[in-house]
Amino acid sequence: MNSPLVSIAGYFALLSLFAVGGANAAIPEMHRVAVDVMHWMSDKQFADSFAIAQMSPGPNVIIVTLIGYHVAGLAGAAVATVAMCGPTCAAAFIVSRLWDRFKQAHWRIAVQGGLVPVSLGMIAASAFVLARSADHSVLAAAITVATAVIGFATRLNPLWLFAAGGLLGLSGWL
Amino acid sequence: MSDSVPSSPPATTVRPTLTELFVAFVQVALSGFGGALPWARRMVVEKKKWMTAEEFNEAFALSQFLPGPNVVNFSVVFGGRFGGAPGAMVALAGLLGPPMLIATVLAVLYAQFGDLQTIGRILAGVTAAATGLLIAMVGKMAAPLFKRLSWAPLVAAAAFAGVALMHYPLPLVFIVLAPVSIAITWFYPVTR
Repeated sequence: MNSPLVSIAGYFALLSLFAVGGANAAIPEMHRVAVDVMHWMSDKQFADSFAIAQMSPGPNVIIVTLIGYHVAGLAGAAVATVAMCGPTCAAAFIVSRLWDRFKQAHWRIAVQGGLVPVSLGMIAASAFVLARSADHSVLAAAITVATAVIGFATRLNPLWLFAAGGLLGLSGWL
Repeated sequence: MSDSVPSSPPATTVRPTLTELFVAFVQVALSGFGGALPWARRMVVEKKKWMTAEEFNEAFALSQFLPGPNVVNFSVVFGGRFGGAPGAMVALAGLLGPPMLIATVLAVLYAQFGDLQTIGRILAGVTAAATGLLIAMVGKMAAPLFKRLSWAPLVAAAAFAGVALMHYPLPLVFIVLAPVSIAITWFYPVTR
């Protein structure tokens, strides 16, 4: 029982440090290790875990909870999540503290001002990639466009649009 | 909480308590089908007005360039700014706790029943809507950049093209563009 927990902890802690660009950017590497190297799960089990993580509300990083659960039950789920989020959260906390200390420094204003447009372009790119994989039909694309317009222009709670999208999906028209 | 007061109070007028932080991030997590980021912005900027649009952009850009999941980093940066270490922890717990529970329950149900077809169909519709919501948020985040004349829209367009159209790896795009963008901002500072 001890050794899988240790390898889960070590692997996810290491992975998290290289996961610049979010959990989804690290999915291929998780697949390589969990399926090909460590043989923790089959290809299908990995794909299903990914689907379940997408289905659950909240950050997509939850897939590590599921991989951990698959390998070593509830303890594995907890260990994997803490290992994936702990070190980077500590780093984020410390860096943001240091960052605030230099609030008036010229270099910090330049770095921060310079990072914002790069960050925005990358989020726009992930929206584009997501749209290409999600919008297989005209109706699905229409849902995306409608949600984008309504979400930008009104204060309607987007959950209503999610519910409408889910119902249309259930009907099998997408 | 005396030793955990942030060194630089944000410019916004409203400050959340620890309970408010926790509840807000639980709500973000529970609404966040297909990605929690648009919901985090909606909560922090639009509903609670804890940050301005510019402050959100800056805090999120910082979260994005640190390693680890972006929204998770953002919860720590945001919680830490308003409530020190305890703030960071309650925001993180609110964001991760409920989804961990739900995903584990789903995994157990899946192991029992193993039919993802119906849920998959619903998910296809929800994902289409979630994508639209992300696009709407990009529009809102871009709005402050276009308020004044600057190079920022060009840099954003280059980052978008590099990742989405040219399919360059994200770290490569970052390593090339970030120094250029920082240099531009250094030599041509935008007057607020």
